[in-house]
Amino acid sequence: MPEPISRDDVAHLADLARIDLDDAELDHLAPQLAVILESVASIQGVADDDVPPTSHPVPLTNVFREDVVVPGLTAEQALAGAPASDEQRFSVPRILGDEQ
Amino acid sequence: MTAAEQAESLAAGETTSVELTQAHLDRIAAVDGTAESGVHAFLHVDAEGALEQAAASDARRAAGSPAHALDGVPIAVKDVLATSGLPTTCGSKILEGWVPPYDATVVRRLKEAGLPILGKTNMDEFAMGSSTEHSAYGPTRNPWDLGRIPGGSGGGSAAAVAAYEAPLAIGTDTGGSIRQPGAVTGTVGVKPTYGGVSRYGLVALANSLDQAGPVTRTVLDAALLHELIGGHDPLDSTSVDQPVPALVAAAREGASGDLTGLKVGVIAELSGDGWQPGVMTRFQESVDLLVKAGAEVVEVSCPTFVHALAAYYLILPAEASSNLAKFDAMRYGLRVVPEGDPSAEEVMKATRDAGFGDEVKRRIILGTYALSSGYYDAYYGQAQKVRTLISRDFAAAYEQVDVLVSPTAPTTAFELGEKLDDPLAMYLNDLATIPANLAGVPGISVPAGLADEDGLPVGVQVLAPALADDRCYRVGAALETILTDKWGGQLLEQAPALEGLSA
Repeated sequence: MPEPISRDDVAHLADLARIDLDDAELDHLAPQLAVILESVASIQGVADDDVPPTSHPVPLTNVFREDVVVPGLTAEQALAGAPASDEQRFSVPRILGDEQ
Repeated sequence: MTAAEQAESLAAGETTSVELTQAHLDRIAAVDGTAESGVHAFLHVDAEGALEQAAASDARRAAGSPAHALDGVPIAVKDVLATSGLPTTCGSKILEGWVPPYDATVVRRLKEAGLPILGKTNMDEFAMGSSTEHSAYGPTRNPWDLGRIPGGSGGGSAAAVAAYEAPLAIGTDTGGSIRQPGAVTGTVGVKPTYGGVSRYGLVALANSLDQAGPVTRTVLDAALLHELIGGHDPLDSTSVDQPVPALVAAAREGASGDLTGLKVGVIAELSGDGWQPGVMTRFQESVDLLVKAGAEVVEVSCPTFVHALAAYYLILPAEASSNLAKFDAMRYGLRVVPEGDPSAEEVMKATRDAGFGDEVKRRIILGTYALSSGYYDAYYGQAQKVRTLISRDFAAAYEQVDVLVSPTAPTTAFELGEKLDDPLAMYLNDLATIPANLAGVPGISVPAGLADEDGLPVGVQVLAPALADDRCYRVGAALETILTDKWGGQLLEQAPALEGLSA
């Protein structure tokens, strides 16, 4: 049985999930997540090792099409929802940190 | 008028699509209001676009070439489906104002068939919820009682149909989000077989569970809409490459009220203690009516269904945490820039904190945890194995019976705010609907009457094997015919709140 989830765990998970939670949100979410995880923990041990996992309700197969050129979105259409763009490109914040 | 009656009226030249569309726009203007004052089923109403499409439909019909039987009948679309030229927000601030450059396949098929799109309906943010209270734009209200929830996550679609704001609507069902709102608003909701309706252009919550489907006032209307939107789509790798069964024919056959030769299984694990007594009374009545209609009814046990809720609330967040990683403030949607010279990662974190609501954050973090090293096998891996066991339970049950039945939801519509701070209590509303999503089988919810204790709608759910959606329609239509005769009209005609709204 995994250890109960702590407030610090939630802060770490939020960091991994790229969500900037403030203290009040952590105080609110951490106990709720602990209760939810305690509830879903009942699932452990339900299925034996010989039960195969199902990731999808129907078998998945690759879908191919003929290699022909078809019209795609124009640059204007692709950029229409961008928070910022410049010279037909997405404009993004600084990617590299100070140490790089 | 039902959608089928509106289609007949158009075909007979008794009305025009512009008249029908305008009448529904007028109704929306009269009752939809705001999150504080009205039903609030719609997030965006496209009066101009709908009337243009209606005029084009009328021109086609005048020229003797309607595109489809439903050509000219207006429809509402859940705001999780991409609509070119019309905002698509998924009920989230992170997509506020976003206008997709393309149509979802379902939307494209509606447009090609000539159905004017009235607008986009309200929903729980990214379809996470059972009450439509998690919409960033405020809740939708149940037309039966404006102080109560319309179900979720597709409460907007169900409420729009229940309040006569639209004769037809599209919803999506990941754990019951078409069927459960259908049950608590007295409408018909269908989750097709997984892969039976294209998911292309449907903003994914959990890829292996999401399925678009019809929300209507009658079983026949649902069948007409389902046949229109269903069928193989090469743009969706999960789309089943098989013909759609004859759903309209099945609905018409069922409407005779004769189910002789059909074997129906009552799922033992989906009723009893903890279920609202009024829900169980209406459900038992429905089972008795199936027997009177000639069906043989037996009790069937699906022992692993008791673990379905836990499996679902591990698989869904895991897939959602991955899907929602695309909202990174770089290419579309909201961008929140902290002071100074922030990095892309800092912008991403600030944006996701400001753009996502509590329930979305809760599930992203839960999913990140379930997928993390050390916990994967105990949680996500086990959940996927339970999914196998649930599919086996279904397979064993369908060796004994043709369809399975249960109440759609354990309770009638609860009061707004009642369960907002108790996620576990909220999740329990999906108890009866989730197994079908995990196994990919189709289900329909049809109105079963009103609970004695609160006078609110109850739904009964009919489940069939994968790709046998026609059985859902046959049984659903039979039940609907018998019950409608008993009530002397559609259940929705009894809704007291609707009388107040029509003033």
